Amino acid sequence: MINNNISEVITVNMGPQHPSTHGVLRLVVDIDGETIVNVEPDVGFLHRGTEKLAENRTYHQVIPLTDRLDYLSPLSNNLAYCLAVEKFFDVKIPERAEYLRVILAEMSRVASHLVWIATHALDIGAMTVFLYAFREREDILDMFEVGTGQRMTSSWIRIGGIRADMPEDFFVRLKSFTDKFDSCVDLYENLLTNNRIWKMRTIGIGHLSAEDVQVYGTSGPLMRGSGVDFDLRRDEPYGIYDRFKWEIPVEEAGDTYARYKVRMKELRESNKILQQALEQIPATGEVMTDDPRVALPSHEDVYERMEALIRRFYIVSKGFKAPKGETYQGIEAPKGELGFYLVSEGEERPYRMKIRAPSYVNLGALNKMAAGHMLADLVAIVGTNDVVLGEIDR
Amino acid sequence: MGLIDRKLPDNVLTTTVDSVINYCRKGSIWPVTFGLACCAIEMMACGAAKYDLDRMGIIFRATPRQSDLMLVAGTVTRKMAPVVRKVYLQMPEPKWVIAIGSCATSGGIYNTYSTVQGVDEVIPVDFYVPGCPPRPEAFFDAITALQKKIMTEKVVRK
Repeated sequence: MINNNISEVITVNMGPQHPSTHGVLRLVVDIDGETIVNVEPDVGFLHRGTEKLAENRTYHQVIPLTDRLDYLSPLSNNLAYCLAVEKFFDVKIPERAEYLRVILAEMSRVASHLVWIATHALDIGAMTVFLYAFREREDILDMFEVGTGQRMTSSWIRIGGIRADMPEDFFVRLKSFTDKFDSCVDLYENLLTNNRIWKMRTIGIGHLSAEDVQVYGTSGPLMRGSGVDFDLRRDEPYGIYDRFKWEIPVEEAGDTYARYKVRMKELRESNKILQQALEQIPATGEVMTDDPRVALPSHEDVYERMEALIRRFYIVSKGFKAPKGETYQGIEAPKGELGFYLVSEGEERPYRMKIRAPSYVNLGALNKMAAGHMLADLVAIVGTNDVVLGEIDR
Repeated sequence: MGLIDRKLPDNVLTTTVDSVINYCRKGSIWPVTFGLACCAIEMMACGAAKYDLDRMGIIFRATPRQSDLMLVAGTVTRKMAPVVRKVYLQMPEPKWVIAIGSCATSGGIYNTYSTVQGVDEVIPVDFYVPGCPPRPEAFFDAITALQKKIMTEKVVRK
């Protein structure tokens, strides 16, 4: 005779080599039958020592390291870091550079969300979305390549502006991309939003209430999907985000489906920002500040003036000194609030760099989201968390 | 065989067992999905519609026991190195390894206490792909180089 009341908790290992853990995340899962009792993420499989490396590099040399944190949206990381350094100096960024920064950051957000929808849907079993989403992502990467020469880790946003102006072709491509992108999002939504399997796998899964959001400190879509209306672009504006009109999508339900809807709307809203930025951007202008404290002197200057040559040599070989003090700058990265906390001892190198990585904080809520669900739903919950191990482990 | 039938009526096609088996092997390389870091995103881009690894017979498998190629795409840390080696040992022979990107090749920009300076410290590597991350074209170059290498291998007598 079978006694159904016996319950035995067993521990299962998931990852770090697992196709659905989005990298090298390891989960130690306690299950009772098929029900999850407890999930404990084991991170650190991609710990590369970024924060330690930054202490031995000049402020400019840190930028390539930030690219490789959240490698789905490298330019957002560049932006957050550069804004933090610029706070030391109170640098005035040229108008055209400000617009290009917004354009690059929003393109990164779209690219990041496209990878999210591709992998999230693939994990749950919808293969088609992966192929369509990567098609649009290739368009964005092609644009990055036209503008910066690199597909992903371009380090294009620099302290005091951006590295160089974009060619005309970049804007032509971006215009045609923004024109068609809304219909592409329609395509993904046609495949998923009313799909019965998709709804069964996502509605009610991984619930996070507004109180939980406060307790765990999750940010980004994990916060807005739970009915908390907060977006750093609007509430603590940086750059020139106050010049654009867009809406911040908020869903009340707090489950995986709500977060899916939030991210899908964010794709459309980012597209709106891109369209407005393309209309408003000044036709010509400098893209790098002329503030001598952080910016390299121009080549013409270097050939003609001794002081400019010395200054250039000094910044390239030794770096520039930041005033003593500390700064924090958070931006609304695709995953949530990405913050850089820098401590300066008045030297050319940061004394300490602390990265507030959104994925790391969001992963903390994983147990809360997963406990009580079936083991098969864990894949959907990790997918909706949208973690990137590069920024979790740093 | 219609073409050969008419032109070469009394001939026999001769080949070696080696080249038949190698031909089959090079046309159905199944790599294990082993994305570690940034390069894995370019690996996914290779698998998607624009670059399309499927046309070379490459289908990603989720388990090392069904695969014969390991693509180490990303930084290998000291914590990850034993796992990399274990996954490699779980793969059946014949097996090949491609190290993708600067990190897997030599540690790249991460010369730190926690990073393995190249995956060849823990497993043997057949091809190295430079770049941070490498372009999909560089990736394909490694695959075609691997296919050439497979064609030269001896199957019957080692």
